[in-house]
Amino acid sequence: MANLRPVPMLREFDLARDTLRDLNSFLHKRAAAEGISQVQVKNPDGAHSIACGLDSDLDVQIHGHVGYYVAGMNKHASVTVHGNAGPGAAENMMSGRVHIRGFASTAAGASAHGGLLVIDGDASLRCGISLKGADIVVGGSVGSFSAFMAQAGRIVICGDAEDALGDSLYEAVIYVRGKVRSLGADARFEPMTDADRAALKGLLAQSGQTYDPAEFKRVASAKSLYHWHADADQEY
Amino acid sequence: MTGPQLEESAGFDRSTIEYIQRAAASGLYEIRGLGAKRRVPNFDDLLFLAASLSRYPLEGYRERCATKTVLGTRFATRPIELAIPITVAGMSFGALSARVKDALGRAATEVGTSTTTGDGGMTVEERASSKTLVYQCLPSRYGFDPDDVRRADAIEIVIGQGAKPGGGGMLLGQKVNPRVARMRTLPEGVDQRSASRHPDWTGPDDLVIKIKELREITDWEKPIYVKVGATRVFNDVKLAVHAGADVIVVDGMQGGTAATQTVFIEHVGIPTLAALRQAVDALDDLNMRGTVQLVISGGIRSGADVAKALAMGADAVAIGQGVLMALGCNSDSYIAGGKHLSAVEDYARLGTAPGFCHHCHTGKCPVGVTTQDPVLELRLDPAVGAKRLKNYLKTVNMELTTIARACGKQDVHHLEKEDLVALTVEAAAMAGVPLAGTSWIPGAGQKG
Amino acid sequence: MCGIVGLLVKNPALRSQLGALMVPMLVGMTERGPDSAGLAVYTAPVSNRHHKLSLYSGENAVDWSELLEKIAVEFSHAHEIAAHGNHAVLTSAADPDRLSAWLARNAPAVAVLSVGQSIDLYKDVGAPADIAERYDFKSLHGSHLVGHTRMATESAVTPAHAHPFTAGRDFCLVHNGSLSNPHLVRKRLEPLGIEFETDNDTEAACRFFEWRLREGDDLKTAVRRGFSELDGFYTFLMGTDRELLIVRDAFACKPAVVAETDDYVAIASEFRSLAHLPHISRATLFEPKPEEIYSWRI
Repeated sequence: MANLRPVPMLREFDLARDTLRDLNSFLHKRAAAEGISQVQVKNPDGAHSIACGLDSDLDVQIHGHVGYYVAGMNKHASVTVHGNAGPGAAENMMSGRVHIRGFASTAAGASAHGGLLVIDGDASLRCGISLKGADIVVGGSVGSFSAFMAQAGRIVICGDAEDALGDSLYEAVIYVRGKVRSLGADARFEPMTDADRAALKGLLAQSGQTYDPAEFKRVASAKSLYHWHADADQEY
Repeated sequence: MTGPQLEESAGFDRSTIEYIQRAAASGLYEIRGLGAKRRVPNFDDLLFLAASLSRYPLEGYRERCATKTVLGTRFATRPIELAIPITVAGMSFGALSARVKDALGRAATEVGTSTTTGDGGMTVEERASSKTLVYQCLPSRYGFDPDDVRRADAIEIVIGQGAKPGGGGMLLGQKVNPRVARMRTLPEGVDQRSASRHPDWTGPDDLVIKIKELREITDWEKPIYVKVGATRVFNDVKLAVHAGADVIVVDGMQGGTAATQTVFIEHVGIPTLAALRQAVDALDDLNMRGTVQLVISGGIRSGADVAKALAMGADAVAIGQGVLMALGCNSDSYIAGGKHLSAVEDYARLGTAPGFCHHCHTGKCPVGVTTQDPVLELRLDPAVGAKRLKNYLKTVNMELTTIARACGKQDVHHLEKEDLVALTVEAAAMAGVPLAGTSWIPGAGQKG
Repeated sequence: MCGIVGLLVKNPALRSQLGALMVPMLVGMTERGPDSAGLAVYTAPVSNRHHKLSLYSGENAVDWSELLEKIAVEFSHAHEIAAHGNHAVLTSAADPDRLSAWLARNAPAVAVLSVGQSIDLYKDVGAPADIAERYDFKSLHGSHLVGHTRMATESAVTPAHAHPFTAGRDFCLVHNGSLSNPHLVRKRLEPLGIEFETDNDTEAACRFFEWRLREGDDLKTAVRRGFSELDGFYTFLMGTDRELLIVRDAFACKPAVVAETDDYVAIASEFRSLAHLPHISRATLFEPKPEEIYSWRI
């Protein structure tokens, strides 16, 4: 019997040479079957839809900046971007973990149902828009209209928030440490409870942030827009 | 001849006075279901020129008239193959009950066509019963799930619908029951308001990227449809083609909804007839007829409508309201235990009557179609509903082929615009066909 | 809708590479804008007594040297013409408004795309890569540029509707987005003597700024006024003879990324158009915030 060479558990793709289709097709259809658990991606150079639609326990490391929809609709996988992300990072994620080491453009985590999105830098406008149960932790600040119509889940903002934070919020909860330029319709500050502090502690630990939960404020829905009401001053 | 002289105003007629007084009492706009109710130029204003001395008909029952329809040939490796060019339009679970979704799927499978999910996600029932299922991706993204993307046969990115182009979905609290609430990630009983823009893209230049994302996720296998409510149709269809759509769905103002503001339904969007003509002109302008398929919807009722739509250049139609009416919407009775039971009193309790009802938004559909109420939804038996819908779709298809044969066509897709004439100047102008008995097409030569 | 690109070289040594750096940026925006493309390049200015007019003949064949002769007969000033297919740059000491008016009457097949002392403007129908090839964009020199790739929206795909739009001297504008009140803006400006060439919504924005600049506003003041008067979604990228400026509306739905080093400032709708610039890994990368004005001077 010849020397048994260990089957590599790692694959590398170079998007300067390989196509996006090669990469995504491998991730969807062959990685699990070939026993690959980690995939490295070089030279993303702003390409869109890298590692989208994953549905297995892969670890994808992307070295550089990505375009729109990195890890879009992610399930189970862990995707790390060693750089910045374009619009819609981890949009509609169902589970797993996406980590953007740089900044994220607009609509980060849009409509995500589960899993954890970590952004070390800033997130642009509409971070967590339409959130449906996932957790988002932003090390920096977020742009206007963040958590717009966020239905469920938690958004942690270690920096500041610009305008209309949590406009038309449903049941999602926001923990914000810095200044909030303005709150959105039906959003209000509420006192932090022990449960909030415990949840926040866990989220911060999971994202490698060392801030003290006591520095954060809670923003939640006043729930006055839940029902059409003639006498309420609703913009509907 | 004496008596009180009653002179009604055309502008401030009784229904307008009632509207104003209702607004004064409630402080809120009226919300209702179905589509535009007022008369607008529509397919009834077009007629067929069938066989004559110069054009020979096919024998009605012996000579074949093909109805097979393929959608999504442009980029997808697995286009949608349908036996007939009549599909079931997107309607949500939430607007409709799960039993109804099941019935739609069963009927569609039997006649060889597709159904479409709506603003609320894919139900297990519909995926199980519908052999060909188109999965909508809407601004709200309620219940949107990549597993369902993978389970679907096609994806339909919805930019708008004919009843309310520019508006988002609406589902009042009485219909947000535990199951609906769970699927949409909402608190039970809340008055649901949907977004009108997609959360992660705006504009055709971003749509290019979004379509590519969905293609990557589905490994380029499934057709991607783009649906627009009829407004600036000529431009929108061109942009949708540029953005990479396989199929374009255009929904005219007569298209239905389960709930939206009446002002939206009646005063926003253009008639299906006008929209269809613009959509076909746009495809012709880009030389994309046959490459990108066109589905038209919004008040399609009969085989005559389908034939006219195909003659004008559509590849297929989608029916929503007609499908619900086949299941019993606006019927005075429902079927239980093989018997017809009267629902007239239930209509009366809603303040309406069979033939006039548009109260889908209340969730108290007397015939169990647009309801989540556990008692009312039992009034629609999926097997009975499936049978009735199958009958309706088969009838419509037979009418379609009857007309096509009479025009000498061996394939319904050979119907052409020149087979049509118009009864009115408006319809002639909108459809771009001559006024009957003349060669006059008002506005001919002007594009857009 | 579209893609936008902008480039300003801070290091004069890079001026000879302006075109070569820009071509991949422009081509990178092809998917956003496959129908047509346009470019405004700001070169070393001609002398004070001269102006440059960028001329375009579209599908019409024009004998540029014959045109030059006719101009020389009519106007006794010095003239030069540098032609490239259906595009030419006419340098003249004649009054540019008189020259433009003469061209409109005597050479109607020729459109004047821009007037200025630094600006040269190119626009044509076709894929960005083909247009870049057609006019040899890679050989262009200059200090800064504004470029655009277009997917036609409401107005027809003709070269006149391609961006950049220009106004006055050395001013140009490109736009990613869609304005919702362009016709109202036009109806307001036309009675004030502002002339429109198209029904394009971007031209409405351009003429609005033209009007404000004419009324004495500086560009930043004009842009701020635009926040309340121009409705819709937009990322505007503008150039003057000395400046490059970018601004996004309050909703910031249309994307923009900026890369800045000591040598250059580069702007594009998507990072992938910037990825191949020199030393991009050391660049400061950021996205302009809504309703904030970012500008750089040469």
